Amino acid sequence: MDLTQTLEITSCTDPGMVRSHNEDSVAADAARGLVVLADGMGGYNAGEVASGMATTVIVTEMQQVLANARPYDVDPRTSQEIAARLLREQVLKANTSIYQAAQSQPQYAGMGTTLVVCLFYDNRVLVAHLGDSRLYVLREGKLKQVTRDHSLLQEQIDSGLITPDQAKNAQHKNLVTRALGIDPSVEPEMHEYRTKPGDIYLLCSDGLCDMVDDDDIGMALQALGGNLKLAAQQLVQMANDNGGRDNVSVILVRVLREYPAARGVMAKVFAWLK
Amino acid sequence: MAKLILSMDGLVLKEISLTKERTTIGRKPHNDIQIDNLAVSGEHAVIVTILNDSFLEDLGSTNGTVVNGNPIKKHFLQNNDVIELGKYKLKFVGEPAPVAGAEKADFEKTMVLRPAAMKAAAEQARAMSGGSAPQVAGAARATASQQAAASATAAGIADKDAKPAAPPAAKPAQPLGSIQLLSGSNAGKELELSKPLTTLGKPGVGVAVLTRRPQGYFITHVEGANRPTVNGQQIGAAPHALKDHDVIELAGVKMEFFLKA
Repeated sequence: MDLTQTLEITSCTDPGMVRSHNEDSVAADAARGLVVLADGMGGYNAGEVASGMATTVIVTEMQQVLANARPYDVDPRTSQEIAARLLREQVLKANTSIYQAAQSQPQYAGMGTTLVVCLFYDNRVLVAHLGDSRLYVLREGKLKQVTRDHSLLQEQIDSGLITPDQAKNAQHKNLVTRALGIDPSVEPEMHEYRTKPGDIYLLCSDGLCDMVDDDDIGMALQALGGNLKLAAQQLVQMANDNGGRDNVSVILVRVLREYPAARGVMAKVFAWLK
Repeated sequence: MAKLILSMDGLVLKEISLTKERTTIGRKPHNDIQIDNLAVSGEHAVIVTILNDSFLEDLGSTNGTVVNGNPIKKHFLQNNDVIELGKYKLKFVGEPAPVAGAEKADFEKTMVLRPAAMKAAAEQARAMSGGSAPQVAGAARATASQQAAASATAAGIADKDAKPAAPPAAKPAQPLGSIQLLSGSNAGKELELSKPLTTLGKPGVGVAVLTRRPQGYFITHVEGANRPTVNGQQIGAAPHALKDHDVIELAGVKMEFFLKA
């Protein structure tokens, strides 16, 4: 099912005001409802390599597996939909590629990347993430954070050591507890949510949410929702106006209409005719 | 790299970079900085340098060590401190505080807290307490967190003149902008532009956004067939900078932009 007419996708990435390199990477495939954002880390250009590998591997591999299957197909063995398994497998492939590159090439040693991936299908969105890149959703005028960071700060908030207000001024915002390509194996956190027409999904690197308050992000999305491209530019600009100390990347996805999976007899006939 | 400038009677004799962790000062030849003067003790003082911080310590010298006119035993050296040893003067020139960027940016770079570190801490905690498993695990997590936090803090402090890692971006004081409607049913009404962005217009007809940025105010077309005009000129796709007393026309309504003192 081609989602080009269902999802409006726009992305914007910027090195920020301080860094010379952009270690973030974004990719999207509107037809398959797939968007990927990665924020790389590692010396020299290793961060760019890691995030670039993550987005490329995941998008190309997903394109391949989705060429012969639909995400809502049911696996006869587990009697579960294959979407989650497929996405997880591709994330693990990306992990292996990055890890092996880091092991075999000394200049890439220790590189890794955060990741947030969304796969839209059947009026739902499947989200996988690792690290502190986030997914937000603007629904009915309210901005909500969907993913929870895998970061030291988030763990401290969860365990009650610090309050979210204190977290805003914390010193160790940069320590993530899970990432892609650091260890031979990794477990992405995966969840599935219902989407509604009119929803705007925001994927962003920490360069945005560290520099701009959630309230301001919500205001910008609400005010400029009519022009997604402009909204993305505005978010990046706000991060840069506030100092832009890190690379800033955003992907915005607007759900234009319902997109239920075609499951009926007719769908099968059409599929067969193709 | 911090350095010392040795001088006597205002005459610069030499410059010494503080490359070693311990830099000794004294009359005897084995010192890193030898000052052959009888007022200086054989082993007079030492400067201990840890990362960007240097500490001066007097080693029980006969005539003592004076910094900025005050005799000291131990002293945390600040930029431009003057150490006096008899007739000799040593000026301490600290490393210039890294300009926002460079090292600080490196510190802010995202790093992974490897589970291995957590595990090591867990084992350490287990060895220490020998308590019940779940407690230990909890403690280990906390320890690992604390360690990471502590190291992060240490790194932050090591950064000279450390400010909190994320100084809340102080919005530079800028004059507040406002618009006054000149036509339409609400003519005369005034709207303060205190928010980072304010939308104007009618959805479907013409919507524009006024953004408040450090450089000033900008107007950008958002949607609709009607692009706003500024002083009679239609604006393009790019944000248009607004000047005091610009007249904006949007969806048939005229308004004036002005800055408040």
